[in-house]
Amino acid sequence: MKPGLPAVQIAFWLLPIAAFFLLPGYLVLGSQILIVSLFAMSLDLLLGYAGIVSLGHAAFFGLGAYTAGLLAAHGWGEPLTGLLGAAAIAAIFGFVVSFLVVRGEDLARLMVTLGVGLLLFEAANRAAFITGGVDGLSGVTMWKVLGVFPFDLAGKTGFLYSYAVLLLIFLVLRRVVDSPFGLSLVGIRENRKRMDAIGAPVNRRLVAVFTLGATVAGVAGALLAQTTQFVGLDTLGFERSADLLIMVVVGGTGRLYGAIVGTLVFMVAQDYLSGINPVYWQFWLGLLLILIVFFARGGVLGALEALWKRR
Amino acid sequence: MGQAIGVLFDGIAYGSLLFLVSLGLSVTMGLMNFVNLAHGAFAMAGGFTCVLAMTRLGIPFLATLPLAFVVTAAIGAVLERFLYRRLYNAGELDQVLFSIGLTFMSIATATYFFGSSQQPMHLPAFLRGQFHFLGGDFGVYRAFLIGTVIVLTAVLGFLLTHTRFGAQVRASVDDSTAARGLGINVDRVFSVAFALGSGLAGLGGGLGIEVLGLDSTFPLTYMVYFLLVVVVGGVGTIKGPIAAALLLGVLDVAGKYYVPQIGAFVIYAAMIVLLMLFPAGLFGKRR
Amino acid sequence: METPVTAALRTESLSMHFGELAAVNGVSLSLARGARHALIGPNGAGKTTLINLLTGVLEPTAGEVYLGGESITPLPQHRRVKRGIARTYQINTLFANLTVLESVMLAILERKGFGARWWRAVKDYREEHGEAMALLSTLKLAGDANTRTAELPYGHQRLVEIALALATRPSILLLDEPAAGIPAAESVEVLGVIAALPADVTILFIEHDMDLVFRFAERITVLVAGRVLVEGAPDEIARDPGVKAVYLGKESLA
Repeated sequence: MKPGLPAVQIAFWLLPIAAFFLLPGYLVLGSQILIVSLFAMSLDLLLGYAGIVSLGHAAFFGLGAYTAGLLAAHGWGEPLTGLLGAAAIAAIFGFVVSFLVVRGEDLARLMVTLGVGLLLFEAANRAAFITGGVDGLSGVTMWKVLGVFPFDLAGKTGFLYSYAVLLLIFLVLRRVVDSPFGLSLVGIRENRKRMDAIGAPVNRRLVAVFTLGATVAGVAGALLAQTTQFVGLDTLGFERSADLLIMVVVGGTGRLYGAIVGTLVFMVAQDYLSGINPVYWQFWLGLLLILIVFFARGGVLGALEALWKRR
Repeated sequence: MGQAIGVLFDGIAYGSLLFLVSLGLSVTMGLMNFVNLAHGAFAMAGGFTCVLAMTRLGIPFLATLPLAFVVTAAIGAVLERFLYRRLYNAGELDQVLFSIGLTFMSIATATYFFGSSQQPMHLPAFLRGQFHFLGGDFGVYRAFLIGTVIVLTAVLGFLLTHTRFGAQVRASVDDSTAARGLGINVDRVFSVAFALGSGLAGLGGGLGIEVLGLDSTFPLTYMVYFLLVVVVGGVGTIKGPIAAALLLGVLDVAGKYYVPQIGAFVIYAAMIVLLMLFPAGLFGKRR
Repeated sequence: METPVTAALRTESLSMHFGELAAVNGVSLSLARGARHALIGPNGAGKTTLINLLTGVLEPTAGEVYLGGESITPLPQHRRVKRGIARTYQINTLFANLTVLESVMLAILERKGFGARWWRAVKDYREEHGEAMALLSTLKLAGDANTRTAELPYGHQRLVEIALALATRPSILLLDEPAAGIPAAESVEVLGVIAALPADVTILFIEHDMDLVFRFAERITVLVAGRVLVEGAPDEIARDPGVKAVYLGKESLA
């Protein structure tokens, strides 16, 4: 398989480093792409591997963002512990919600994920005295990363910081998906009945993967809060959950790299087209989705794989 | 006490409207097992049809309603024949993606032609204002709404239980394979039901301009509510969405009136709780 | 310690009602350790429902299921699998997008309790890999190891269905029409592999093909309309007038 080659993978991971030096004016967008890639990978765990369709994954992203943001806004601006705090909160919340998600049939499950996302959005909206509501949370002042690197306006520290976290977590997630646990997730997605019949405790696995996905999403949200030093309500919104779903599908589900590729394609296109005319962006995005469903279900990586096999 | 009655009345009106729009969704989700997040777009299409008919063609409001039904049903029939039909056996994700895509396209189209602001609505004089009844003041339009929905529901109920087509629909919802085995043209049942459901949604959209408002983001704003009504009520039933819609309508209005600080929070929390207690919906069948 | 008389798997007045309909009605069945036991009966007799009750897919409306001497009635399916009860489905229930090897590895890893391990790659589990290949060889599937299950011909998929059940190293194997869809010549081979399993593995199989039933079964239970009509050795069953009546006009026995 094409991306499987170590050389290709290493080249892939060197690209952001190249971008760091060659595209200094785009570092802020670059950080956003790296951060959302991390967020997208967390959704791919649920969607591409375990087969759980979630319309509310932004709930955990937002939770992580607000946790890290509030920590910093109230005096504790240490970045790495901020990430840990966000991860912990997202994990706990994810764990609790996972029991709701695991119980239902497909449709009820979809509605529960949607409901949780909307619920959290409303809560954050109403609790404006904590979250800043529609105006967002500002006053997020960050200390230096590792005590050495301050967050600069050009976004250099933010970029490398996000890159490091993304790479680290990617390496861990890759282990997870190649492991027996990862294989069992695919088994659950492919045929839940059969998984029961070989003695797998399916619900326990789903709880675990959902919690993991929530945790990683929380870390991504915290990164966003820390690098932009602001947290808006949109981090929790349905639009974010829906866009993320699209990114993962565009890239190709069930392969971590797909999430990153999809995010890259989506965000670059969005940055370019939305600036020209947001209405056009929405229209073409909708059309693209429909075309993907009918013609290119495997997304970008799926199409590349098909081409590779045919040569 | 008078206030509580007023809130109840408004809630029932709101709920009736939600029910009318969601009924089509319940039938198509029950019939075809299709997760259609774009259902609100049909309601919006109906609403805009009414607006166009009133402003460009000078047609009186009440006459635009059947027009909205027909136009939206036609759109639904075309979309079903060429797009939806191909995805009946597709996975949940595909259906979700497709319907989100359709929703985005419809919103963009609406924004392009109509802008993004609220559509102005001018009710005919005899539907405006309030009337007195047993010491309370009730909105005329809301009463009209409730009345219309009751009549429509009765007609539909009759259709479902006393016509051959209705029997075919019920059989197909219950077990489409068995229905096919009985010689029922299930595909045709799907098409007609989808068109009817879309038409009803369009009708609801037109009726709802006064109560729910109408702007180009309508499908996204109300998507949750329609889905909620159907899933909590019970997919594929009529009783279910009636109960869920009325419950939702009253809860929402009461919530906004008595505890405005919490707002929609209550609705979503209630939905999650109800889904946990009744995973197949209040009146749903356990498949 | 169990006395030799304790059945490997036993049901006591097991019933499954769906509303008014009793799909399984007061069935008391006993499988001796190492049995080669066939379950036959007309369509709709409740055979698959009985297997669903034995494996824990369904909860009975009355009656008990005993494994060894212990009641397992409250246990869900995956726990019963851990206790050694495995089954195959009448309709292939497989992992379409996984390769045959991956599917079998999955079953083996679950059995060994490695299913939750997340730090080592599946391909590094050499011992389990070897076991998987050995199992595939006994079922003549070794050549299909790296093929996606969805791309296999139906007969091979049926064999994968059996491989998955065997991978759990069951002490009790419940097979729902294992030969369905496999050409006659091969089905004898397949049932042969199954019959050749260690003597302490207890096997119950549902079959419609009477040739196979009389070839491999040591005991037969006839189920009609949810009740046990008669149970006994193959030649007793072949002679039983009640059984003949049920099958009259359908298939000839033996």
